[in-house]
Amino acid sequence: MPQFNPEYFAPQLVWLVITFLALYLLMSRLILPRINGILAQREDRIDGNLQRAEALKEEAAQVLAGYQKAIADARAQAQAALAKAAADIAAETAAREAEFARKMADQTAAAEAGIRAAKTRALADVRGIAGEVAAMMAGKVADTSVDANAAAEAVDSVMKERT
Amino acid sequence: MAAEAHSPLAQFEIQPLGGPIHIGGLDVSFTNSSLWMVIAVAAITAFMLLGTRKQAIVPGRWQSLCEGMYDFVSNMLRDNVGQEGRAYFPFVFSLFMFILFANVLGLLPGAFTVTSHIVVTGAMALFIFVMVTIVGIVRHGLHFFTYFAPQGAPMWLMPLMIPIEIISYAIRPMTLSIRLFANMVAGHVMLAVIGGFAFALGVWAGWLPIAAVTALFGLELLIACLQAYVFTILTCIYLHDAIHLH
Amino acid sequence: MDIEAARFIGAGLAVIALGGAGAGLGVLFGNYLNAAVRNPAAAEKWFGRMMMTFALVEATGLFAFVVAMIILFV
Repeated sequence: MPQFNPEYFAPQLVWLVITFLALYLLMSRLILPRINGILAQREDRIDGNLQRAEALKEEAAQVLAGYQKAIADARAQAQAALAKAAADIAAETAAREAEFARKMADQTAAAEAGIRAAKTRALADVRGIAGEVAAMMAGKVADTSVDANAAAEAVDSVMKERT
Repeated sequence: MAAEAHSPLAQFEIQPLGGPIHIGGLDVSFTNSSLWMVIAVAAITAFMLLGTRKQAIVPGRWQSLCEGMYDFVSNMLRDNVGQEGRAYFPFVFSLFMFILFANVLGLLPGAFTVTSHIVVTGAMALFIFVMVTIVGIVRHGLHFFTYFAPQGAPMWLMPLMIPIEIISYAIRPMTLSIRLFANMVAGHVMLAVIGGFAFALGVWAGWLPIAAVTALFGLELLIACLQAYVFTILTCIYLHDAIHLH
Repeated sequence: MDIEAARFIGAGLAVIALGGAGAGLGVLFGNYLNAAVRNPAAAEKWFGRMMMTFALVEATGLFAFVVAMIILFV
């Protein structure tokens, strides 16, 4: 077997030492620090990204809080405006109603006054007519002439008794 | 008995490339073995260097492969040795990559398998053995030798246990080197023998051995990776023993 | 006996040990499959361990192969 031929033991050993030493130096000085660097860099990047994501999340939460606050403010404002409008409308309605009521009262009062005047006029007319009728009745029935004034007085007194 | 030109062992023959070189009485001729060691180192360096050339945050396929190998060895070391093993990471990583690339490159047709030589695997295993023993003695002083007396074993068993432990410790470089060496030799011999059948059987039945060789090649690829893994993980386990004493 | 013939007989005897490795691999894969069928969820976890043990067991058989090779060719 060629493996047990001691003729080539020495060169193999020498070259094994040379090549393995070269490989060891290349790996430990060049390749491994390089891969280590890449891995460390990646880890840093991932950590950085995580931190940034955290910050973004916080920011988003703040924005959300602000938005909710704005919404709440707007709602409060709207409610205030609504209440004010409702109050205004109520006040105006009340004012109008009051005016209307006053107008109605005036008209009623005027109408009542007219009615009263008409009534008194009618009553006066009635008295006059009653006096005349009484005088005529007296003349016709009793065949006595009664003075118009006396008849009117009598009617007055009777009306006073009746009313 | 030397292997003939077409024996299955011819592929393990070492041929000097260029003339013999001697430095201070030491034969340092550049052989095909040396060539494939250099190729393995160059391939590893190129593979890792080109794979990580972009240094991308989001890795591509190649870079993922490089990082995967880094993670693979790193996790192996962490799981088997613990945090103290961090210092040996470059060594363990180089070892894993060297054996892996030597094994896999050796499977290329016409290539020379560096790890199919007992001198190479033996030297690596012996270096690991010596390194691990020194680490143990430096970390624990004379207390290191309590490693050979398992805790909890009854006292009367000690005369039996201690020699067994010492032998199983001392035999480690042998098992470690022969495991890798024998796997590589057996695989390549098997491929060569069955490939030789293809010539012997000719055109009509030659496809059968070729199909077998194709299937075996897959197995050998698996074994090439597996043996690199086993060699590395056993190195890790030995380191663990030296650092933690069981 | 011819020394060459003794060599071949010795190599043949040495590779008998491969039977042990074969039995060991059978036990290993059989037990793995047994466990994997009983608990498929855990099968993945132990695959790596199984492959490592496979390599260790297989290496034991290969020691015999190496011994045979040494007898034959050294």
